[in-house]
Amino acid sequence: MSFPILSVMLLVPALAAVGCLFLSPGGARWLALAATLVDLLLGVLLWVGFDNAGAQWQYQEYSPVFGRFAWALGIDGIALMLIMLSVFLMPICIAASWDAIEKRVPEYMAAFLLMETLMIGVFAAQDMFLFYIMFEAGLIPMYLIIGIWGGAERIYASYKFFLYTLLGSVVMLVAMLWMVREAGTSSIPELMAYDFPPQAQTWLFLAFFASFAVKMPMWPVHTWLPDAHVQAPTAGSVILAGVLLKMGGYGFIRFSLPMFPEASAQLFWLVMGLSMVAVVYASLVALVQSDMKKLIAYSSVAHMAFVTIGLFAFNRQGLEGSVMMMLSHGLISGALFLCVGVIYDRLHTREIARYGGLADIMPKYALFFLLFTMGSVGLPGTAGFIGEFLSLIGAYRANSWVAFVCTTGIILGAAYMLYLYARVVYGKVKSDEVAAMPDLSARELALVVPLALAVLWMGIYPESFLAPMRRDIGLLVARVERAYPQGDAHLMARVGAPAAAAPAAHGTEH
Amino acid sequence: MILAIVFLPLLASLVAGLGGRMIGATAAKIVTTGALFVACALSWPVFVSFLSGDASATVTPVLAWLRSGDLVVDWALRVDALTAVMLVVVTSVSALVHLYSWGYMAEDPSQPRFFAYLSLFTFAMLMLVTSDSLVQMFFGWEGVGLASYLLIGFWYEKPSAQAAAIKAFVVNRVGDFGFSLGIFGTFLVFGTVSIPAILAAAPGMAGSTIGFLGGRFDTMTLLCLLLFVGAMGKSAQLGLHTWLPDAMEGPTPVSALIHAATMVTAGVFMVCRLSPMFVTSETAMTVVTYVGAATALFAATVGTTQTDIKRVIAYSTCSQLGYMFFAAGVGAFGAAMFHLFTHAFFKALLFLGAGSVIHAMHHEQDMRFYGGLRKSIPLTFWAMMAGTLAITGVGVAGVFGFAGFYSKDAIIEASYAAGTVPGGVAFAVAVFAALLTSFYSWRLMFLTFFGKPRWAGSEHIQHAVHDAHGHGHGHHDQEAHPEDEHAGHEPHTHDAGADQVKHGTAGYHPHESPLPMLVPLIILSIGAVFAGIGFHHWFIEPEAGEIFWKGSLAFNEHLMHEMHGVPPWVKLSATVVMLIGLAIAWYAYLKDTSAPARFTATFRVLYDFLLHKWYWDELYHLLFVRPAFWFGRLFWKRGDQGTIDRFGPNGIAALVQGGSVAARRLQSGYLYTYALVMLLGLAAATTWAVVR
Repeated sequence: MSFPILSVMLLVPALAAVGCLFLSPGGARWLALAATLVDLLLGVLLWVGFDNAGAQWQYQEYSPVFGRFAWALGIDGIALMLIMLSVFLMPICIAASWDAIEKRVPEYMAAFLLMETLMIGVFAAQDMFLFYIMFEAGLIPMYLIIGIWGGAERIYASYKFFLYTLLGSVVMLVAMLWMVREAGTSSIPELMAYDFPPQAQTWLFLAFFASFAVKMPMWPVHTWLPDAHVQAPTAGSVILAGVLLKMGGYGFIRFSLPMFPEASAQLFWLVMGLSMVAVVYASLVALVQSDMKKLIAYSSVAHMAFVTIGLFAFNRQGLEGSVMMMLSHGLISGALFLCVGVIYDRLHTREIARYGGLADIMPKYALFFLLFTMGSVGLPGTAGFIGEFLSLIGAYRANSWVAFVCTTGIILGAAYMLYLYARVVYGKVKSDEVAAMPDLSARELALVVPLALAVLWMGIYPESFLAPMRRDIGLLVARVERAYPQGDAHLMARVGAPAAAAPAAHGTEH
Repeated sequence: MILAIVFLPLLASLVAGLGGRMIGATAAKIVTTGALFVACALSWPVFVSFLSGDASATVTPVLAWLRSGDLVVDWALRVDALTAVMLVVVTSVSALVHLYSWGYMAEDPSQPRFFAYLSLFTFAMLMLVTSDSLVQMFFGWEGVGLASYLLIGFWYEKPSAQAAAIKAFVVNRVGDFGFSLGIFGTFLVFGTVSIPAILAAAPGMAGSTIGFLGGRFDTMTLLCLLLFVGAMGKSAQLGLHTWLPDAMEGPTPVSALIHAATMVTAGVFMVCRLSPMFVTSETAMTVVTYVGAATALFAATVGTTQTDIKRVIAYSTCSQLGYMFFAAGVGAFGAAMFHLFTHAFFKALLFLGAGSVIHAMHHEQDMRFYGGLRKSIPLTFWAMMAGTLAITGVGVAGVFGFAGFYSKDAIIEASYAAGTVPGGVAFAVAVFAALLTSFYSWRLMFLTFFGKPRWAGSEHIQHAVHDAHGHGHGHHDQEAHPEDEHAGHEPHTHDAGADQVKHGTAGYHPHESPLPMLVPLIILSIGAVFAGIGFHHWFIEPEAGEIFWKGSLAFNEHLMHEMHGVPPWVKLSATVVMLIGLAIAWYAYLKDTSAPARFTATFRVLYDFLLHKWYWDELYHLLFVRPAFWFGRLFWKRGDQGTIDRFGPNGIAALVQGGSVAARRLQSGYLYTYALVMLLGLAAATTWAVVR
């Protein structure tokens, strides 16, 4: 048996988490950084060793625990990309907390490391119950991070965060139990190929939907997100926006679509409708925010709606777009929260009105903030564009109304992000306190530069990220095709014209 | 070579922008300006090779970009005749503007940033004009939008500059909304976003329909109109024009480069690039014609009442863009591109000339405080004169004419020759707008350079005089400072009547601009004088045009023939109205200077309507801006907090805990509950799985 790299990736942060608890604050920081860097390195090896043309599931591990429950790991290209996102963001989070966190440092680091284990576990699990444990347990460290190291109203925020997710996951668990009984297996790859009866699919879909929609978050179950973000420490926000939200999207792509294709098609308008509302609603709400983190949180709600429309477009562009959107949003919104954190550390307020004129005081900061703002706006050449564009082009093929309404997001997105940028960075220096703010330190530069490079890389040469998942998306398209809804925008040749006049109008590709 | 043309500006921009602090301002200026002059020197041979008919279209692949199923987009640089025209326009004007900025921005503390932005803009514009696919065009399209945003907001301390920058970006995004949907639709229909492939397949789509928002529409009409919305945004056509006048908040060289010569013409370029697609839909062509004509008329009327020198030229630009669009709309794509080409030179000249005036007048932009500047700044005067002669289209057929004489008259004649109803309407509008063009252009000249000095009323001049006498040049650093460029941004409530303004020089002595500013003026003057007579052969002559364009746009040879056959009165009409406009301006602003005040008093309503730019800004504010914020607050306060939270989490908490007092205990309470639920669930699950 080959080297169990996935297990090692899970084990390294888990052991380091235990180790942190016995160390001094300084030691815990270094251990956490070292452990996350090791995982990053392992992640790079994972990517390098991944065969884009090879088997669907790679790096598989299987050891039965008891009954049907097994320690089953394995990844496809989609999971690989999301694991890469997690291991890439993690060292940045640790370094971002270097000075900002002063109390209970060992516990804090342990919580983060534990979270890393669980996140990788979610994306690598091949057993549905293993997935469930990882998926749900991941909330506990996040809950602690908000509840202990958060802001003034952290209690309310953490309880809200918890309440939402709790309700969703209970029904999902029930659905999982039923599925395992029905299909006789808890193996995710096997379940992905199992055809559940269409009537049952609807209920199962809704049960999973309850959990994933909250995680996404979709309107109207999004209200936990702004509070959680506002109260969480900077690194908590980064990981929340960067990875935790992606678990919802991953859930849709791993469970809902392949396991319940008929139900997914049937409930097309439920998902699309909520997404359309989310884009417009959340964007408008973002426009009137006076708290930076809230603004970015609402923008996340709008951006994640692009993920759901891409997923439920049932075609290649939409699906690839939604995964790209998840990756780019993970980088960009994570980076934006870091940017907020940088100035929060200096002035200790998230109130937009207290800032102004940072372009003069912190020119380097202004440059990076601009880049990430433009990424969020979806400027071509940045990561944000790729996901948005592909999702929308996919959505248009599915339904022109969806594309029409959601494309307004590019107007509103520009409005609220530029309005934010202008208020913080442009204008006159507001006060002496602002004037005294130093520009990015070497440590902070080390945080934002990798993110900036990744955002540009993904924008200019997204092929690196699309290639590993091409085959997996193709398999998914093939799986859901039977339920493919006819788009409303399809071409009709003029009466009497030869059919050849409509090339590739509905290219069904694999 | 094309790689060097396109990527040198990017490289220079990165060096100046990221390393500006390290290498210093002078080095940053040398790098960017040098790169642009090299790019310009490389571009002209490309253009000449197309003129001589030796060259053919080439595509230089750079890098794979986006691959998603059928959707294949690569970074690639396409060069054909149409691109070659844009290459020389963009690199020439950009190089000259870079040079000009050495003088104009000399006192600004953040010059590396400015030059980096200028070069970045040039790169994005070059990517746009060399694009081989709609998506890369969109990249350049948004890239120039970003650069425009950054440059309009260059003096970011000014609230008005910030607002203008955001407005420019967001209004352009409204256009891009249409452009995006157009790309989506095009991909759906053709299964590709490669421009040559689309253009080749477009005629085959005639008669087909496509669904959109519940209805079914003619495929090509819908696609063209959606894409045209993008062009309207970028080229500031009526309805999406509101950002352009405000964009004058940016430094004047920026206005010359971006908001006159290059970026705003991107829409025209797009329509010409996609012309084989547009000609397949008569409806789309009609819409393009009417929108262009409406804009030409609207902007020309507003231009007659503005008092800020830059705003007059801005509306003039808007109006001339309208000309280009209806030229395209009637099928005279060659004429549209020709006007784009000549306009780039004379409009950049007018803007840079205006910048030179503003520079001389200590950042005063209000023409009511100018007057008599002819003698103080003679070189600027003659340059502006060349520009004015060019834009008003002075010339005698068969002998000699300034640039606009050839290009604008070609448009007027082509719209008549088209022989269609939209063509006829466009022709009438074009002639009337030409009258207005002549009027406002000469009004600008007379108010600025003729008559007696009225400088004493200007606060800027008073400051300058005061500073010079008071404490030497102690404030010199702030001279280029934003606040100084503040006058005349909003329409003044009082009349434009010159007689209400204080006369006299206030002891101020305007100086001619330094050499780096004058050299571009001279070079562009040459362009304004000779670009028409020098190039009309290739652009619009039937046979030569066919050979020159080589199918890079839908060159209508027949229409170009027809153009020569229009009745003499049509040919003369443009010249006649030009003279009328000149006469009116001469009468009102030189002969009887109380006439404008009398006129405005008589036609108060009309005057206010024009002064307030047809109330578009007020309308949009009422229709879009305020409701957006209102709905935002409503959704937030009433939606999220008042409904979802109240009946959702808070409501449940209240039910479960019997009040929020217990919230403090929730922290631990819920965690344990949760962990317990999860464990119990798992236990149940495993038991079940094992037992069954």
